[in-house]
Amino acid sequence: MFTANNLACVRGDRHLFAGLGFMLEPSGRLHVTGENGSGKTSLLRILCGLSLPETGEICWQGESIARIGDEYHKNVLYLGHHNALKEELTALENLRITAALADIAMEDKQGAELLGRVGLAGREKLQVRFLSQGQKRRVALSRLLWSSAPLWVLDEPFVALDTVAVTWLAGIIGKHLSAGGMAVLTSHQEVAIDGGIAQTLRIAS
Amino acid sequence: MNGVAPVYAPSPRGALGALGVLATVIRRDLLLALRRKSEVLTSLFFFVIVVSLFPLGIGPEMALLRTIAPGVLWVAALLAAMLSLNRLFASDYADGTLEQMVLSPAPLGLLVIGKIMAHWLVSGLPLVLIAPVLGLQYDLAPRPLAVLILSLLIGTPLLSLIGAIGASLTLGVRGGGVLLSLLTLPLYIPALIFGAGAVEADISGLGAAGHLSLLAGLLALAGFFAPWATTAGLRIALE
Amino acid sequence: MDNKIIHWFKFGSPQTFYPLAGKMVPWFWALAAIFLVVGLWLGFFVAPTDAVQGEAYRIIFIHVPASWMSMFLYVVMACWAGIGLALNTRLSSMMASAIAPTGAMFAFLSLWTGALWGKPMWGTWWVWDARLTSELILLFLYLGFMALQAAIDEPRRADKAGAILALVGVVNVPVIYFSVKWWNTLHQGASISMSKGSTMAVTMLWGMLVMALCFWMYSIAVALMRVRAIMLERERHTDWVKYAVE
Repeated sequence: MFTANNLACVRGDRHLFAGLGFMLEPSGRLHVTGENGSGKTSLLRILCGLSLPETGEICWQGESIARIGDEYHKNVLYLGHHNALKEELTALENLRITAALADIAMEDKQGAELLGRVGLAGREKLQVRFLSQGQKRRVALSRLLWSSAPLWVLDEPFVALDTVAVTWLAGIIGKHLSAGGMAVLTSHQEVAIDGGIAQTLRIAS
Repeated sequence: MNGVAPVYAPSPRGALGALGVLATVIRRDLLLALRRKSEVLTSLFFFVIVVSLFPLGIGPEMALLRTIAPGVLWVAALLAAMLSLNRLFASDYADGTLEQMVLSPAPLGLLVIGKIMAHWLVSGLPLVLIAPVLGLQYDLAPRPLAVLILSLLIGTPLLSLIGAIGASLTLGVRGGGVLLSLLTLPLYIPALIFGAGAVEADISGLGAAGHLSLLAGLLALAGFFAPWATTAGLRIALE
Repeated sequence: MDNKIIHWFKFGSPQTFYPLAGKMVPWFWALAAIFLVVGLWLGFFVAPTDAVQGEAYRIIFIHVPASWMSMFLYVVMACWAGIGLALNTRLSSMMASAIAPTGAMFAFLSLWTGALWGKPMWGTWWVWDARLTSELILLFLYLGFMALQAAIDEPRRADKAGAILALVGVVNVPVIYFSVKWWNTLHQGASISMSKGSTMAVTMLWGMLVMALCFWMYSIAVALMRVRAIMLERERHTDWVKYAVE
């Protein structure tokens, strides 16, 4: 169970939001909506523990995430605006390093198969800077396939993807939710995700 | 009930361990350095050029050059190390990989140590290796030259460690490069004093052991505190 | 936002501290003025003329207390910054930022008076003496702290980053001091003997102590005034500031 209570966020002089809270059970997904600059990304960064809220508390399984620290990070997968890929490394190298940071030893064969699944077969050994925006995004998204983190925090995951990939990604998120996972996501486009219990949180500015 | 079956292949967790993660980070940064050779070579060339400029500015008197050699080489090493600090976290910060490191279950301190070690291998060790050649330009005798190399060998990791603190604090900050030098150079002073002092002490017959052991002591101190401070700095920068 | 943040100390929140600080400032100014008059009187009229250095030595009544204060204030600043970092109390971090310019000013004053003293005594404005060199590095540390805080727009990040730097600096200050001293003895450079030892008259010591008290009171007064300004600036959108300014 993932709960947030009375969160407030201040950026410089601006009070982005205050008194924000929600509760997410297994198989639950939370859509965060709001205008540009309303603080969606700030909220997501607070939820995964990157930044601290001005007030309020976030609890994972009843424990404050500020207290459990790295233990919490095992349970979260965060996908931000950045693809978090090194341009000079190949897709496969990027994948293996990301896996290693999550303490997973990934074989080249496994990695190649994963990249095949996101439609990058034959491009595993290409440096990421030679890939298109959409392809880079797919490499980044391949993390969703092997991660065992129950909570996915996804910031605009559908950006830069074509329609086929959007449907594919929606399916992946749906499967994760059916398996008892949770997801918090922002998206400015309407995407139908099957499975899970949906909630919407609107940040009013 | 932690953990949800991955959508695709369930992968075993805990397959690498702390040392494996450390090795991954070091290998990653070395690989990156290998693919952007120009950046790495820049600070090495900078070191060589700065050291070679001094005789042109001061004059080719060998006696004078011998006296100033330890100081010149050390100051140049200081500046070269500082020049390469910008790269330590900045590109990881820009492309989001640093964010993922902070969020990874591996302790951030461990990743930071890995990055600092890689930074030293890429920008500190080459300085140590080229120093003998530059020392010959300054007509240093074999013994002081050996002391110089030893002092650089102990001192350059110290520069990487201290510099990492400054690099983390100035991450994404306006005018970061200049600010970085303002923050780190005063902190480099003890390393400069003991490093260059070791060579001078050896030349004057006092023996370099005292200086070198103090330098090693500083390295131990920095090795203990700097990763901690750097980690805190990175967390603050990403907030 | 009606929930209150729990504070560790009663005056840990700016809105309660602001009026209190306002009331304290005049008192510290008054104390500073009294100590200044007494200290200068002791220094200029009571203290005997030095047998070797003549009248010029009297600048030590500014120089020595200014050096003491610059070092002391750095430690105080680092303490406030550290408290702010550990307990997340806004006020402590603001205090650290408020102290930094005063500390830098004293470091500069110490260097300046040191140079003024050096000219008649040793015939040169600058001597690479261990103390003067350390003081110069201390000034650099202050400047670094202020530059870092000024370069970061987000106040909370500026506070925290500054705190890390101040703590790193405070660990480094003794290391720097001893390394510079070591360097100085190795090179046997011109060493300014500021250790008064037996030659120093008791009145001289008293003069310096009273001047140190004066600087201390001055620092408190100025730091409080500055922290009030910082509070108003940082919290200008809150209700209490609107009331306070009216």
